[in-house]
Amino acid sequence: MAITVKLPTQLRDAAGGATSASVEAGTVGEALEALYAEHGELRGRLSDDGGGLRRFVNVYIGGEDIRFLEGLDTPVSDGDELTILPAVAGG
Amino acid sequence: MPADALKCKECSTTYPLDARYVCERCFGPLEVAYRAPDASPEELKRRIQAGPHTLWRYADFLPLEGAAKSELPTGWTPLVKADRLAARLGLRELYIKNETANPTHSFKDRVVSVALARAKELGFTTIACASTGNLANAVSAHAAAAGLESYVLIPADLEQEKILATGAYGTNVVAIKGNYDAVNRLCTEIAGERPWAFVNVNLRPYYAEGSKTLAFETAEQLGWEMPDRVVAPIASGSLFTKVARGFQEFIDAGLLSGELPAFNGAQALGCSPVATAFANGTDVCRPVKPDTIAKSLAIGNPADGPYAVELARATKGGIDSVTDDEIRAGIRLLAETTGIFTETAGGVTTAVLAKLAERGDIGADERVVAYITGDGLKTLDTVKGTFEVTEIAPSIDEFDAAFAPDEVTV
Repeated sequence: MAITVKLPTQLRDAAGGATSASVEAGTVGEALEALYAEHGELRGRLSDDGGGLRRFVNVYIGGEDIRFLEGLDTPVSDGDELTILPAVAGG
Repeated sequence: MPADALKCKECSTTYPLDARYVCERCFGPLEVAYRAPDASPEELKRRIQAGPHTLWRYADFLPLEGAAKSELPTGWTPLVKADRLAARLGLRELYIKNETANPTHSFKDRVVSVALARAKELGFTTIACASTGNLANAVSAHAAAAGLESYVLIPADLEQEKILATGAYGTNVVAIKGNYDAVNRLCTEIAGERPWAFVNVNLRPYYAEGSKTLAFETAEQLGWEMPDRVVAPIASGSLFTKVARGFQEFIDAGLLSGELPAFNGAQALGCSPVATAFANGTDVCRPVKPDTIAKSLAIGNPADGPYAVELARATKGGIDSVTDDEIRAGIRLLAETTGIFTETAGGVTTAVLAKLAERGDIGADERVVAYITGDGLKTLDTVKGTFEVTEIAPSIDEFDAAFAPDEVTV
Protein backbone atom coordinates (compact mmCIF):
# COMPACT_ATOMS: atom_id res chain seq x y z
CA MET A 1 0.00 0.00 0.00
CA ALA A 2 1.30 3.46 -0.85
CA ILE A 3 0.66 5.88 2.00
CA THR A 4 1.74 9.43 2.84
CA VAL A 5 3.48 10.24 6.12
CA LYS A 6 3.12 13.88 7.16
CA LEU A 7 6.03 15.19 9.19
CA PRO A 8 5.73 17.90 11.87
CA THR A 9 7.96 20.96 11.62
CA GLN A 10 10.14 19.62 14.47
CA LEU A 11 11.23 16.64 12.34
CA ARG A 12 11.73 18.29 8.98
CA ASP A 13 15.39 19.23 9.53
CA ALA A 14 16.17 15.58 10.21
CA ALA A 15 14.37 14.60 7.02
CA GLY A 16 16.31 16.88 4.72
CA GLY A 17 13.60 19.53 4.84
CA ALA A 18 10.83 17.21 3.61
CA THR A 19 7.29 17.95 4.85
CA SER A 20 6.07 14.45 4.02
CA ALA A 21 7.25 11.09 2.72
CA SER A 22 5.62 8.45 0.52
CA VAL A 23 6.14 4.90 1.75
CA GLU A 24 4.95 1.37 1.00
CA ALA A 25 3.51 -0.42 4.04
CA GLY A 26 0.75 -2.69 5.33
CA THR A 27 0.67 -1.40 8.91
CA VAL A 28 1.50 1.79 10.81
CA GLY A 29 4.61 0.09 12.23
CA GLU A 30 5.81 -0.86 8.75
CA ALA A 31 5.17 2.67 7.52
CA LEU A 32 7.37 4.04 10.30
CA GLU A 33 10.09 1.47 9.53
CA ALA A 34 9.99 2.53 5.88
CA LEU A 35 10.25 6.15 6.99
CA TYR A 36 13.30 5.35 9.17
CA ALA A 37 14.87 3.51 6.21
CA GLU A 38 14.58 6.68 4.18
CA HIS A 39 15.53 9.13 6.97
CA GLY A 40 17.68 7.26 9.50
CA GLU A 41 17.85 10.11 11.99
CA LEU A 42 14.11 9.92 12.67
CA ARG A 43 14.27 6.54 14.42
CA GLY A 44 16.01 7.82 17.53
CA ARG A 45 13.67 10.75 17.78
CA LEU A 46 10.41 8.85 17.56
CA SER A 47 11.13 5.37 18.76
CA ASP A 48 12.13 4.20 22.27
CA ASP A 49 14.61 1.45 23.10
CA GLY A 50 11.96 -1.25 22.96
CA GLY A 51 10.84 -0.37 19.45
CA GLY A 52 7.66 1.37 20.63
CA LEU A 53 6.91 5.05 20.23
CA ARG A 54 8.37 7.55 22.69
CA ARG A 55 5.76 8.70 25.23
CA PHE A 56 5.30 12.20 23.80
CA VAL A 57 4.82 11.12 20.18
CA ASN A 58 1.29 10.90 18.78
CA VAL A 59 0.54 9.09 15.52
CA TYR A 60 -2.77 9.43 13.69
CA ILE A 61 -4.13 7.50 10.75
CA GLY A 62 -6.94 9.22 8.90
CA GLY A 63 -7.21 11.65 11.84
CA GLU A 64 -7.64 8.91 14.51
CA ASP A 65 -5.06 8.35 17.25
CA ILE A 66 -3.58 4.87 16.67
CA ARG A 67 -3.95 4.10 20.38
CA PHE A 68 -7.72 3.92 19.74
CA LEU A 69 -6.98 1.47 16.91
CA GLU A 70 -4.42 -1.32 17.02
CA GLY A 71 -1.37 0.80 17.74
CA LEU A 72 1.62 0.04 15.52
CA ASP A 73 -0.24 -3.03 14.19
CA THR A 74 -3.06 -0.89 12.77
CA PRO A 75 -3.50 -1.83 9.10
CA VAL A 76 -3.23 0.92 6.51
CA SER A 77 -4.94 1.21 3.12
CA ASP A 78 -3.76 2.62 -0.17
CA GLY A 79 -3.85 6.41 -0.08
CA ASP A 80 -4.05 6.69 3.75
CA GLU A 81 -2.46 9.67 5.42
CA LEU A 82 -0.38 9.06 8.54
CA THR A 83 0.33 12.13 10.70
CA ILE A 84 3.05 12.37 13.34
CA LEU A 85 2.60 15.13 15.92
CA PRO A 86 4.06 16.14 19.29
CA ALA A 87 1.80 15.15 22.21
CA VAL A 88 2.61 18.04 24.49
CA ALA A 89 0.16 20.67 23.23
CA GLY A 90 -2.96 21.91 24.92
CA GLY A 91 -4.52 22.21 28.32
CA MET B 1 15.55 34.82 38.94
CA PRO B 2 16.06 35.46 35.25
CA ALA B 3 14.90 32.89 32.72
CA ASP B 4 17.86 31.09 31.25
CA ALA B 5 16.68 28.68 28.55
CA LEU B 6 13.98 26.28 27.50
CA LYS B 7 14.88 22.84 28.80
CA CYS B 8 13.50 19.42 27.87
CA LYS B 9 11.81 17.74 30.84
CA GLU B 10 12.78 14.33 29.45
CA CYS B 11 16.36 14.61 28.17
CA SER B 12 17.47 18.06 29.48
CA THR B 13 18.48 19.40 26.05
CA THR B 14 18.35 23.21 26.17
CA TYR B 15 17.04 25.69 23.60
CA PRO B 16 16.86 29.49 23.36
CA LEU B 17 13.85 31.27 24.85
CA ASP B 18 11.83 31.51 21.63
CA ALA B 19 8.47 30.17 20.44
CA ARG B 20 8.99 26.43 20.71
CA TYR B 21 7.55 23.73 22.95
CA VAL B 22 8.91 20.37 21.85
CA CYS B 23 12.36 18.87 22.16
CA GLU B 24 13.58 18.04 18.68
CA ARG B 25 15.63 15.13 19.99
CA CYS B 26 12.97 13.21 21.93
CA PHE B 27 9.67 15.10 21.51
CA GLY B 28 9.57 15.79 25.26
CA PRO B 29 7.96 18.98 26.58
CA LEU B 30 10.11 22.07 27.05
CA GLU B 31 9.98 24.02 30.29
CA VAL B 32 11.48 27.38 31.24
CA ALA B 33 14.71 27.04 33.25
CA TYR B 34 15.95 29.86 35.49
CA ARG B 35 19.25 30.91 36.96
CA ALA B 36 19.49 30.93 40.75
CA PRO B 37 17.83 34.01 42.31
CA ASP B 38 19.99 37.12 42.21
CA ALA B 39 18.68 38.38 45.54
CA SER B 40 18.32 37.29 49.17
CA PRO B 41 14.98 35.92 50.38
CA GLU B 42 14.39 39.18 52.24
CA GLU B 43 15.01 41.25 49.11
CA LEU B 44 12.79 38.96 46.98
CA LYS B 45 10.02 39.22 49.55
CA ARG B 46 10.37 42.99 49.68
CA ARG B 47 10.10 43.20 45.87
CA ILE B 48 7.01 41.00 45.84
CA GLN B 49 5.29 42.98 48.58
CA ALA B 50 6.06 46.26 46.82
CA GLY B 51 4.57 44.92 43.56
CA PRO B 52 1.09 45.40 42.12
CA HIS B 53 -1.91 43.40 43.32
CA THR B 54 -1.76 41.23 40.21
CA LEU B 55 0.27 38.18 39.20
CA TRP B 56 3.06 40.53 38.10
CA ARG B 57 4.09 40.96 41.74
CA TYR B 58 5.91 37.64 41.08
CA ALA B 59 7.75 38.93 38.00
CA ASP B 60 11.04 37.69 39.48
CA PHE B 61 9.72 34.15 38.95
CA LEU B 62 8.22 34.61 35.47
CA PRO B 63 9.91 34.28 32.06
CA LEU B 64 9.78 37.83 30.70
CA GLU B 65 12.65 40.04 29.63
CA GLY B 66 11.10 43.44 30.14
CA ALA B 67 8.80 45.02 32.68
CA ALA B 68 5.78 42.80 33.13
CA LYS B 69 2.42 44.43 32.65
CA SER B 70 -0.87 43.69 30.97
CA GLU B 71 -3.91 45.69 30.00
CA LEU B 72 -6.27 43.36 31.84
CA PRO B 73 -5.05 43.04 35.45
CA THR B 74 -5.17 39.41 36.60
CA GLY B 75 -4.57 37.43 39.74
CA TRP B 76 -4.34 38.23 43.46
CA THR B 77 -7.66 36.46 43.84
CA PRO B 78 -9.18 35.84 47.28
CA LEU B 79 -8.07 32.92 49.41
CA VAL B 80 -11.32 32.35 51.28
CA LYS B 81 -11.34 30.58 54.63
CA ALA B 82 -14.20 28.16 54.15
CA ASP B 83 -15.24 27.38 57.74
CA ARG B 84 -18.79 26.27 56.91
CA LEU B 85 -17.60 23.87 54.21
CA ALA B 86 -14.84 22.63 56.54
CA ALA B 87 -17.41 21.95 59.27
CA ARG B 88 -19.63 20.10 56.81
CA LEU B 89 -16.72 17.89 55.76
CA GLY B 90 -15.21 17.49 59.22
CA LEU B 91 -11.99 19.32 58.32
CA ARG B 92 -10.00 21.60 60.59
CA GLU B 93 -8.77 24.29 58.24
CA LEU B 94 -9.90 24.72 54.64
CA TYR B 95 -9.35 27.49 52.13
CA ILE B 96 -10.83 28.06 48.70
CA LYS B 97 -8.66 29.84 46.14
CA ASN B 98 -11.39 31.64 44.27
CA GLU B 99 -10.28 31.95 40.66
CA THR B 100 -13.73 33.07 39.51
CA ALA B 101 -12.52 36.53 40.58
CA ASN B 102 -10.26 36.89 37.53
CA PRO B 103 -11.22 39.19 34.60
CA THR B 104 -12.78 36.41 32.51
CA HIS B 105 -13.72 34.36 35.56
CA SER B 106 -11.20 31.53 35.43
CA PHE B 107 -7.54 30.81 36.17
CA LYS B 108 -6.87 30.93 32.42
CA ASP B 109 -6.35 34.69 32.71
CA ARG B 110 -3.07 33.88 34.47
CA VAL B 111 -1.59 31.63 31.81
CA VAL B 112 -2.76 33.92 29.02
CA SER B 113 -1.26 36.98 30.73
CA VAL B 114 2.17 35.38 30.72
CA ALA B 115 1.90 33.84 27.23
CA LEU B 116 0.62 37.05 25.67
CA ALA B 117 3.30 39.18 27.33
CA ARG B 118 5.98 36.81 26.04
CA ALA B 119 4.34 36.65 22.58
CA LYS B 120 4.57 40.44 22.36
CA GLU B 121 8.24 40.34 23.36
CA LEU B 122 8.83 37.81 20.58
CA GLY B 123 7.10 40.06 18.04
CA PHE B 124 3.85 38.14 17.43
CA THR B 125 0.76 40.12 16.41
CA THR B 126 -1.76 37.26 16.28
CA ILE B 127 -2.69 35.15 19.30
CA ALA B 128 -4.50 31.82 19.11
CA CYS B 129 -5.45 28.80 21.20
CA ALA B 130 -7.07 25.38 21.37
CA SER B 131 -9.67 25.68 24.09
CA THR B 132 -12.34 23.89 26.10
CA GLY B 133 -13.92 27.31 26.71
CA ASN B 134 -12.26 29.15 29.57
CA LEU B 135 -9.08 29.66 27.60
CA ALA B 136 -11.09 30.96 24.64
CA ASN B 137 -12.66 33.56 26.92
CA ALA B 138 -9.28 34.61 28.26
CA VAL B 139 -7.44 34.72 24.94
CA SER B 140 -10.13 36.77 23.23
CA ALA B 141 -10.38 39.24 26.12
CA HIS B 142 -6.66 39.72 26.65
CA ALA B 143 -6.04 40.00 22.89
CA ALA B 144 -8.78 42.63 22.64
CA ALA B 145 -7.31 44.59 25.54
CA ALA B 146 -3.85 44.45 23.96
CA GLY B 147 -5.10 45.27 20.45
CA LEU B 148 -3.95 41.97 18.94
CA GLU B 149 -5.70 39.78 16.36
CA SER B 150 -6.95 36.48 17.79
CA TYR B 151 -8.26 33.08 16.75
CA VAL B 152 -9.84 30.66 19.18
CA LEU B 153 -10.49 27.08 18.19
CA ILE B 154 -13.08 25.19 20.26
CA PRO B 155 -15.08 21.96 20.07
CA ALA B 156 -18.41 22.78 18.37
CA ASP B 157 -20.46 21.26 21.23
CA LEU B 158 -19.13 23.67 23.88
CA GLU B 159 -21.49 25.34 26.38
CA GLN B 160 -23.34 28.31 24.83
CA GLU B 161 -22.24 30.59 27.68
CA LYS B 162 -18.58 30.04 26.84
CA ILE B 163 -19.08 30.57 23.11
CA LEU B 164 -21.09 33.77 23.67
CA ALA B 165 -18.66 35.15 26.24
CA THR B 166 -15.86 34.59 23.74
CA GLY B 167 -17.45 36.01 20.61
CA ALA B 168 -18.40 39.16 22.52
CA TYR B 169 -14.76 40.30 22.39
CA GLY B 170 -14.62 40.35 18.60
CA THR B 171 -12.30 37.41 18.15
CA ASN B 172 -12.40 34.81 15.34
CA VAL B 173 -14.34 31.92 16.87
CA VAL B 174 -13.67 28.66 15.03
CA ALA B 175 -15.89 25.73 16.10
CA ILE B 176 -14.41 22.37 15.18
CA LYS B 177 -16.61 19.35 14.52
CA GLY B 178 -14.80 17.09 16.96
CA ASN B 179 -13.72 16.84 20.59
CA TYR B 180 -11.01 18.87 22.29
CA ASP B 181 -8.29 16.41 21.34
CA ALA B 182 -9.20 16.88 17.68
CA VAL B 183 -9.05 20.66 18.16
CA ASN B 184 -5.68 20.28 19.79
CA ARG B 185 -4.35 18.15 16.95
CA LEU B 186 -5.52 20.69 14.39
CA CYS B 187 -3.94 23.57 16.32
CA THR B 188 -0.66 21.65 16.54
CA GLU B 189 -0.71 21.37 12.74
CA ILE B 190 -1.69 25.02 12.18
CA ALA B 191 0.97 26.21 14.63
CA GLY B 192 3.58 24.61 12.40
CA GLU B 193 2.38 26.52 9.36
CA ARG B 194 1.23 29.98 10.52
CA PRO B 195 3.32 32.68 12.22
CA TRP B 196 0.94 32.84 15.17
CA ALA B 197 1.40 32.59 18.90
CA PHE B 198 -0.72 29.63 19.97
CA VAL B 199 -0.64 30.21 23.71
CA ASN B 200 -0.95 26.51 24.57
CA VAL B 201 1.03 25.11 21.66
CA ASN B 202 4.17 26.95 20.56
CA LEU B 203 4.01 29.35 23.55
CA ARG B 204 3.11 26.59 25.99
CA PRO B 205 6.32 26.74 28.09
CA TYR B 206 5.58 30.40 28.94
CA TYR B 207 1.83 29.88 29.26
CA ALA B 208 2.29 27.06 31.77
CA GLU B 209 4.45 29.29 33.98
CA GLY B 210 1.38 31.42 34.71
CA SER B 211 -0.11 28.66 36.86
CA LYS B 212 2.82 28.90 39.29
CA THR B 213 1.35 32.18 40.49
CA LEU B 214 -1.50 30.20 42.08
CA ALA B 215 1.06 28.68 44.45
CA PHE B 216 2.89 31.97 45.00
CA GLU B 217 -0.33 33.75 46.00
CA THR B 218 -1.49 30.89 48.18
CA ALA B 219 1.79 30.93 50.11
CA GLU B 220 1.83 34.69 50.50
CA GLN B 221 -1.83 34.80 51.53
CA LEU B 222 -1.16 32.13 54.16
CA GLY B 223 1.57 34.34 55.65
CA TRP B 224 4.46 32.73 53.74
CA GLU B 225 3.47 29.21 54.61
CA MET B 226 2.34 26.22 52.58
CA PRO B 227 -0.80 24.19 53.05
CA ASP B 228 -0.46 20.53 54.04
CA ARG B 229 -2.58 19.43 51.11
CA VAL B 230 -3.91 20.88 47.88
CA VAL B 231 -6.83 19.66 45.83
CA ALA B 232 -6.83 20.79 42.19
CA PRO B 233 -8.46 19.72 38.94
CA ILE B 234 -6.54 17.86 36.23
CA ALA B 235 -7.29 18.35 32.55
CA SER B 236 -3.90 18.39 30.78
CA GLY B 237 -2.15 18.26 34.16
CA SER B 238 -0.39 21.58 33.56
CA LEU B 239 -1.98 23.56 36.40
CA PHE B 240 -1.57 20.65 38.82
CA THR B 241 2.14 20.23 38.17
CA LYS B 242 2.91 23.94 37.94
CA VAL B 243 1.34 24.68 41.33
CA ALA B 244 3.87 22.23 42.76
CA ARG B 245 6.66 23.85 40.83
CA GLY B 246 5.60 27.23 42.22
CA PHE B 247 5.87 26.04 45.81
CA GLN B 248 9.20 24.37 45.01
CA GLU B 249 10.65 27.56 43.51
CA PHE B 250 9.69 29.52 46.63
CA ILE B 251 11.32 26.80 48.77
CA ASP B 252 14.48 26.92 46.63
CA ALA B 253 14.58 30.72 46.85
CA GLY B 254 14.37 30.59 50.64
CA LEU B 255 10.89 32.13 50.79
CA LEU B 256 9.25 29.01 52.21
CA SER B 257 10.47 26.14 54.34
CA GLY B 258 9.28 22.59 54.56
CA GLU B 259 8.15 19.89 52.16
CA LEU B 260 5.74 20.13 49.25
CA PRO B 261 2.10 19.63 50.25
CA ALA B 262 0.31 16.40 49.33
CA PHE B 263 -1.15 16.87 45.85
CA ASN B 264 -4.62 15.49 45.19
CA GLY B 265 -5.85 15.68 41.61
CA ALA B 266 -9.49 15.73 40.56
CA GLN B 267 -10.95 14.34 37.34
CA ALA B 268 -14.42 13.59 36.02
CA LEU B 269 -15.11 9.86 35.71
CA GLY B 270 -16.14 10.44 32.09
CA CYS B 271 -12.64 11.68 31.30
CA SER B 272 -10.20 10.21 33.79
CA PRO B 273 -7.09 8.98 31.97
CA VAL B 274 -4.79 10.37 34.68
CA ALA B 275 -6.82 8.99 37.60
CA THR B 276 -6.87 5.62 35.85
CA ALA B 277 -3.09 5.65 35.36
CA PHE B 278 -2.63 6.54 39.03
CA ALA B 279 -4.94 3.73 40.13
CA ASN B 280 -3.12 1.25 37.88
CA GLY B 281 0.28 2.20 39.27
CA THR B 282 1.62 3.38 35.93
CA ASP B 283 2.43 6.80 34.51
CA VAL B 284 1.19 5.83 31.03
CA CYS B 285 -2.07 7.71 30.49
CA ARG B 286 -4.04 5.80 27.88
CA PRO B 287 -6.10 8.34 25.94
CA VAL B 288 -9.89 8.24 26.28
CA LYS B 289 -12.89 9.68 24.44
CA PRO B 290 -14.38 12.13 26.96
CA ASP B 291 -18.03 11.91 28.01
CA THR B 292 -18.69 14.24 30.94
CA ILE B 293 -20.51 17.44 31.86
CA ALA B 294 -17.13 18.82 32.97
CA LYS B 295 -16.21 20.00 29.50
CA SER B 296 -13.43 22.30 30.68
CA LEU B 297 -11.65 19.18 31.95
CA ALA B 298 -12.49 17.01 28.94
CA ILE B 299 -9.00 16.36 27.63
CA GLY B 300 -8.72 12.69 26.72
CA ASN B 301 -5.06 12.89 25.78
CA PRO B 302 -3.43 14.91 28.60
CA ALA B 303 -0.01 16.35 27.75
CA ASP B 304 1.26 16.49 31.34
CA GLY B 305 -0.53 13.36 32.52
CA PRO B 306 2.63 11.36 33.33
CA TYR B 307 4.06 14.22 35.39
CA ALA B 308 0.77 14.65 37.26
CA VAL B 309 0.83 10.96 38.22
CA GLU B 310 4.46 11.23 39.36
CA LEU B 311 3.67 14.31 41.47
CA ALA B 312 0.65 12.74 43.19
CA ARG B 313 2.71 9.67 43.99
CA ALA B 314 5.83 11.55 45.15
CA THR B 315 3.85 13.79 47.53
CA LYS B 316 1.69 10.93 48.90
CA GLY B 317 -1.41 12.53 47.46
CA GLY B 318 -3.64 10.86 44.91
CA ILE B 319 -5.88 11.32 41.89
CA ASP B 320 -9.59 10.59 42.12
CA SER B 321 -12.52 10.79 39.74
CA VAL B 322 -16.18 11.60 40.36
CA THR B 323 -19.44 11.02 38.49
CA ASP B 324 -21.54 13.71 36.82
CA ASP B 325 -24.05 13.51 39.71
CA GLU B 326 -21.25 13.97 42.22
CA ILE B 327 -20.06 16.98 40.18
CA ARG B 328 -23.53 18.58 40.39
CA ALA B 329 -23.60 17.88 44.13
CA GLY B 330 -20.14 19.41 44.45
CA ILE B 331 -21.26 22.62 42.74
CA ARG B 332 -24.21 22.81 45.15
CA LEU B 333 -22.12 22.01 48.23
CA LEU B 334 -19.59 24.75 47.47
CA ALA B 335 -22.28 27.30 46.63
CA GLU B 336 -24.39 26.71 49.74
CA THR B 337 -21.48 26.70 52.17
CA THR B 338 -19.20 29.41 50.73
CA GLY B 339 -21.30 31.60 48.44
CA ILE B 340 -18.99 30.71 45.55
CA PHE B 341 -20.77 29.45 42.45
CA THR B 342 -18.38 27.38 40.38
CA GLU B 343 -18.53 25.75 36.99
CA THR B 344 -18.34 22.01 36.53
CA ALA B 345 -14.54 21.86 36.98
CA GLY B 346 -14.96 23.35 40.47
CA GLY B 347 -17.71 20.81 41.07
CA VAL B 348 -15.18 18.09 40.26
CA THR B 349 -12.66 19.58 42.69
CA THR B 350 -15.22 20.02 45.48
CA ALA B 351 -16.59 16.51 44.96
CA VAL B 352 -13.11 15.01 45.17
CA LEU B 353 -12.41 17.08 48.31
CA ALA B 354 -15.61 15.68 49.84
CA LYS B 355 -14.64 12.17 48.81
CA LEU B 356 -11.19 12.49 50.43
CA ALA B 357 -12.77 13.82 53.62
CA GLU B 358 -15.35 11.02 53.71
CA ARG B 359 -12.70 8.39 53.15
CA GLY B 360 -10.63 9.75 56.02
CA ASP B 361 -7.69 10.58 53.75
CA ILE B 362 -7.31 14.07 55.23
CA GLY B 363 -5.63 14.22 58.65
CA ALA B 364 -7.38 15.93 61.57
CA ASP B 365 -4.67 18.57 61.84
CA GLU B 366 -4.30 19.38 58.14
CA ARG B 367 -4.59 22.73 56.42
CA VAL B 368 -6.13 22.20 52.98
CA VAL B 369 -6.40 24.50 49.95
CA ALA B 370 -8.80 23.69 47.09
CA TYR B 371 -8.44 25.47 43.76
CA ILE B 372 -11.76 26.58 42.29
CA THR B 373 -10.74 27.42 38.76
CA GLY B 374 -13.86 28.76 37.04
CA ASP B 375 -17.25 30.44 37.41
CA GLY B 376 -20.66 28.76 37.53
CA LEU B 377 -22.16 31.33 35.18
CA LYS B 378 -20.27 29.55 32.39
CA THR B 379 -22.05 26.21 32.82
CA LEU B 380 -25.55 27.25 33.86
CA ASP B 381 -27.23 24.23 32.28
CA THR B 382 -25.81 21.95 34.95
CA VAL B 383 -27.82 23.61 37.74
CA LYS B 384 -31.11 23.62 35.82
CA GLY B 385 -33.71 21.56 37.66
CA THR B 386 -31.64 21.34 40.85
CA PHE B 387 -33.92 23.72 42.78
CA GLU B 388 -37.52 24.95 42.76
CA VAL B 389 -38.81 28.42 41.98
CA THR B 390 -42.00 29.52 43.75
CA GLU B 391 -44.17 31.54 41.38
CA ILE B 392 -47.02 33.64 42.82
CA ALA B 393 -49.16 36.66 41.97
CA PRO B 394 -48.00 40.01 43.46
CA SER B 395 -50.23 39.42 46.48
CA ILE B 396 -49.33 39.32 50.17
CA ASP B 397 -51.92 36.59 50.71
CA GLU B 398 -50.31 34.35 48.12
CA PHE B 399 -46.93 35.06 49.64
CA ASP B 400 -48.18 34.14 53.12
CA ALA B 401 -49.79 31.02 51.68
CA ALA B 402 -46.48 29.94 50.19
CA PHE B 403 -44.32 31.02 53.14
CA ALA B 404 -46.35 30.90 56.33
CA PRO B 405 -45.56 33.81 58.69
CA ASP B 406 -44.09 32.96 62.10
CA GLU B 407 -46.56 32.66 64.96
CA VAL B 408 -44.75 35.32 66.94
CA THR B 409 -44.08 38.61 65.16
CA VAL B 410 -41.73 41.31 66.35
